[in-house]
Amino acid sequence: MTESASTGTDFEPWNDPKAVPLIQFKNVTKRFGDFTAIDNLTLDIYAREFYALLGPSGCGKTTIMRMLAGFETATEGTISLSGQDMAPVPPNKRAINMMFQSYALFPHLNVWDNIAFGLKRSSMAKDQIAARVEEMLRLTQLEKFARRKPHQISGGQRQRVALARSLAKAPKLLLLDEPLGALDKKLRQETQFELVDIQEKTGTTFVIVTHDQEEAMTVASRVAVMDHGKVVQVDTPANIYEAPNSVYVADFIGDINIIEGYATPISDTMVSVDFAEGQPKIHTSCPTGLTAPQRISFAIRPEKLLISTEKPTESANILSGKVVDIAYLGNISTYHVKLASGQMIKAQSANTRRIRRRAITWEDDVWISFTDTAGMVLTT
Amino acid sequence: MKRFTLISVPYLWLIVLFLVPFLIVLKVSLSDAALAIPPYSPTLDLSQGWAGILVWLDGLDMENYWFLADDNLYWKAYLSSLKIAAISTFLTFLVAYPFAYGMARAADEWQPTLLMLVILPFWTSFLIRVYAWKAILSVEGFLNQFLLWTGAIHDPLIILNTNVAVYIGIVYTYLPFMILPIYAALEKMDASLLEAAEDLGCSRFSAFWLITFPLSRQGIIAGSFLVFIPAMGEFVIPALLGGSRTLMIGKVLWEEFFSNRDWPVASAVAVILLLILIIPIILFQRNEQKNREAQG
Repeated sequence: MTESASTGTDFEPWNDPKAVPLIQFKNVTKRFGDFTAIDNLTLDIYAREFYALLGPSGCGKTTIMRMLAGFETATEGTISLSGQDMAPVPPNKRAINMMFQSYALFPHLNVWDNIAFGLKRSSMAKDQIAARVEEMLRLTQLEKFARRKPHQISGGQRQRVALARSLAKAPKLLLLDEPLGALDKKLRQETQFELVDIQEKTGTTFVIVTHDQEEAMTVASRVAVMDHGKVVQVDTPANIYEAPNSVYVADFIGDINIIEGYATPISDTMVSVDFAEGQPKIHTSCPTGLTAPQRISFAIRPEKLLISTEKPTESANILSGKVVDIAYLGNISTYHVKLASGQMIKAQSANTRRIRRRAITWEDDVWISFTDTAGMVLTT
Repeated sequence: MKRFTLISVPYLWLIVLFLVPFLIVLKVSLSDAALAIPPYSPTLDLSQGWAGILVWLDGLDMENYWFLADDNLYWKAYLSSLKIAAISTFLTFLVAYPFAYGMARAADEWQPTLLMLVILPFWTSFLIRVYAWKAILSVEGFLNQFLLWTGAIHDPLIILNTNVAVYIGIVYTYLPFMILPIYAALEKMDASLLEAAEDLGCSRFSAFWLITFPLSRQGIIAGSFLVFIPAMGEFVIPALLGGSRTLMIGKVLWEEFFSNRDWPVASAVAVILLLILIIPIILFQRNEQKNREAQG
């Protein structure tokens, strides 16, 4: 761990050896016929966590969620909630609720009755149900829409009804299946913060399934990056971004330049990377160290590169190239720079000047520089 | 103009195929029976001009309606038809719902086949199918032969020429009209709704009553009207399967027309039947309208 959690608090139960996980997957495998959806998965989720399962479609993240809800059973291995094996417990008896991707609001019931639906199935008294529903309506700012039917409210409001309904029974664990997928970008960003806010207010453990890495980074305390039924890396958003453990994770999260090369250790924590003829070797730190020279991938984020028209005087690494493309994104621009040896490097810089006065343009010869700690050496 | 032409087509159809025949029937119902061709008077004689129209109008009266009101045979026939139509609609629903539910829950690749099987009977003449039921239900029919053979009964059942046979005939004939709208309602239901209900603490059984059944309500209502309205005026089924004691207005109508050759009274019976049916037809239309609005 190189950094504390991005939230800045000390909520890191996964670093506490005494902490008992709320949910444990032990060697869980799920097969559908010949297809292995989940391959020998072991993971721990702690109480009050906001845990994101992130991966491309078909990676098995939804299967994990459906196993937690009880709609699928594991072929092998055990899933336990608070130490209790969940296999024999049917979905309607689990202290777990789910917010469906389609929201699955009951179209014939109004907002109030949708939220009250789960409570009415419990032994709760009528006035308590009413109080709880009102509380949920307040939490999700839906008081005004209580008597409306789902088809009479907007997509964002429907999303909040689904959230209120799944939270109403105060579950130990709330599952969110692509909860913001149906919202437009602006609303999605606002709702992400609302979700975090509600999660903190209610103290519920959230597990969110998403294919949107930005969403996972924004809301989650930890992110599990998945690929083909396996979890590749579980860590805080900051660590996933800054210290990915593989090329797959580095490439999946955000934008990155990957340069394949041959690394030779210079010291315990420094290596030099030979990546192309005629190019200077890259000097970079490698905290884990290398015991012998080997092929590696050097990965560096575009925003960690400095692009300039004058040759920088002091920098651990300086490369020269030509600008072939510029992606103007308003606040920042991404420059696609072609090195003499043919590699394409993306470098990002903030647009501090108006676009007309931009210093760098197409076909310009530029210098790219970066420090020896900016990049990462990935061996897998 | 183009828009107007487009809209006018269905209205034109309605006028030619419904309003004009209805007005003719209405006119006949206000006439008197006569031994002539056509068997009623007065008939409009336009060759005498305006005076002819006045004479014609003068000959029309409400006499046949008073006659219907006086003779309680007709009122009994209307009430009996209402009862038979209502009971057979309910029976059709009981048979159709599990059928539609099974179809909607069947594997996707089976659904077109099942749908075909539901519609398949329409490929054969309706009359022949009802006659077939005579062969099944009669005293020496297949049903009795089978039951006697299995030893379930010792004396043949009397089903043919009773109201039971009429119920069987109506349920059989109108089953597809009930199955199809219920199937359509169930089929478009999002499967995740049931998972959501289960997730919120429902058993499978209560999820059916709280979610599936209310969501198929529109289909049930539509199907019920589609069965009730034609069953009310049904003639062929009670004539072929029913007995002399089966009283249905369709049968009365037929006898007035063809046995008594009293076209004016028969027309009056038809006009009143239509007035009775207008209520469920309007209710049906409003239900459809509400349905469309609910779907946005």
